[in-house]
Amino acid sequence: MKVRLKVKRHDPEAHGGQASRYSDYTIDVPEHITILDALLEVRDYHDGSLAFRYSCRSAICGSCGMRVDGRGRLTCKTKVTDLVKTEGQEILVEPMGNMPVIKDLVTDMEMYWSKMDQVTPWLQPADPGPERENLVSHEAMLDLAQTMGCIHCGVCVSDCPVLEIDKSFIAPAALAKAHRFVDDPRDAKTKERLEELSAVKGGIWDCTRCNMCVEVCPKDVRPMDRIMQLRELAVKAGVASGTGARHGEAFVDSVQRLGRLDEMRLLPASVGLWNAPRLLSEMPGALRMLRAGKLPWNHALPWRKPIAGIKHVRRLFDRARREKKEASS
Amino acid sequence: MKYAFWPGCVSKGACPELYDSMILTCAKLGIELEEMYDGNCTGAGVISEHEPKLADLLNARNFAIAQKMGHDLVNICSTCQGVQSMVQEKLDRDEEYRAEINAQLAEEGLEYKPGLVIKNFMWVLVEDYGLDKLKEKVVRKLDGLNCGPFYGCYILRPSRILGMEEHPERDHYLEQIIEAVGATAVQYEGQDKCCGFPILTNNRKNSLTQAGTHIGSAKDQGADCLVTPCPLCHLNLDAQQPSAAEVIQRELNVPIIHLPQLLGLAIGIDDKLLRMNRHVVGTQAVLDKVMAAVEA
Repeated sequence: MKVRLKVKRHDPEAHGGQASRYSDYTIDVPEHITILDALLEVRDYHDGSLAFRYSCRSAICGSCGMRVDGRGRLTCKTKVTDLVKTEGQEILVEPMGNMPVIKDLVTDMEMYWSKMDQVTPWLQPADPGPERENLVSHEAMLDLAQTMGCIHCGVCVSDCPVLEIDKSFIAPAALAKAHRFVDDPRDAKTKERLEELSAVKGGIWDCTRCNMCVEVCPKDVRPMDRIMQLRELAVKAGVASGTGARHGEAFVDSVQRLGRLDEMRLLPASVGLWNAPRLLSEMPGALRMLRAGKLPWNHALPWRKPIAGIKHVRRLFDRARREKKEASS
Repeated sequence: MKYAFWPGCVSKGACPELYDSMILTCAKLGIELEEMYDGNCTGAGVISEHEPKLADLLNARNFAIAQKMGHDLVNICSTCQGVQSMVQEKLDRDEEYRAEINAQLAEEGLEYKPGLVIKNFMWVLVEDYGLDKLKEKVVRKLDGLNCGPFYGCYILRPSRILGMEEHPERDHYLEQIIEAVGATAVQYEGQDKCCGFPILTNNRKNSLTQAGTHIGSAKDQGADCLVTPCPLCHLNLDAQQPSAAEVIQRELNVPIIHLPQLLGLAIGIDDKLLRMNRHVVGTQAVLDKVMAAVEA
């Protein structure tokens, strides 16, 4: 089949407008090939100057992450036919986002690794350690196995929308790695780790839960789900005292009380009633909403009625919590 | 066409214009809605963050209520859709877990049986109602109105639970609907990204930078307004827009229209009934364009 590729180029030695450009290639290849195969075909037979990184070609080494048709992908795992739906459709290949480009499709992973460093990605066992092997249950490791599947390709970091606007965000890959050690029964620094991850700038509470990393991860690590697990562990360990944790609590309380969301009390309860400066800073916004009829002030009245089946909802709350308590004791 | 209608908490609270425009638009399109008055909050992903099983119980209760009513479930919130699809996938896959959940629902005389159809209004329009039929209902073609689609995360990701295999164009429906009512869909960077709402209380600057950046990029591509199927996105993009403009230090002033409002305008419902005045960012510029198209 004929495949049309539009490839973003970057030449660090060129000046000004020459540094970044696009090259178009049309190649004739078998239908079953991957994006990486197509790039190799280009490099070997059409344009030897095209630079990209790869090694195993089998979705194991994590070297060939790129942005294809606007999304981070492992190019050795993405087939041309996954993307081309109509004949002659062009495929756009760009370097990963959120990191500097060295040349063409090769990005500088320095930031990726420094974030990985930031979460102390090794076991810190109790001292003294066990006399013999450190035995752990299968159950305890099962959940971690998925996280350990990370091959450090960087596509989740490439496409993370929070990192786009805040470079301090530790970002999905490293936070998922943090979970792998926090939840490892052999690690003795669980509480300290959670404290740090909760309090540090760019920590677990800055994730917007947008699912982008879950969507792009080629190994189904589901980094965002790990971040959510870290949040739950932080709350359980009693180290999460910030707005994010209070927001969760206030949200759950309102559903238990009304069966519905109590938006009038959610913001004050989240930022903290003692936090006068922050509450004041929200006043202009609240007034704007009130003027537009978007502040359901009557919902704040103490006699706001819960939904008809509230006793059933509350019963579900009680049951779920009792079960949880029994399970942890 | 009759659906069990789950309005979500926001259309009953901070976005009453969404609720009203949904009711009026569906009535005029001939889509019957039977509201789930006794449904409970889906938890918006917040409850599942801390108490996953509780979130499953609460959502299963809603599903069972819809099944008792005997209809497919329609929601008008990307966030509700994401949470509901996620829970449904879990319940439908795992018979043992489902039995455990159902044991808790039994006291209320409810039971969830796998296979309930749960659809956001946007999906219903394209898949059940049909764009051709929608086009027939248009009495005011929205010619010349440039709309930027804004989906909201949970109706796009994770795609494995959102029926994208069966319906691979679900991530383009908003553009298709915009074009069907005669308006122009504007493509821009950020249309499938996060509005920032979930971290508004926790990291206001990041949240508003995200909202502002997306609105700005739509504006750069010539959008007169954004259209969204998600009221939570609406809140961050509309109600917080003046603050977002301050944070990113750029003038924005881009109206944020709910999907049913866009349809309502096209099928000839009075803008006051659609509560186009219940927005923080004024919608007059949009209405002027609509009227100009009618007069032309």
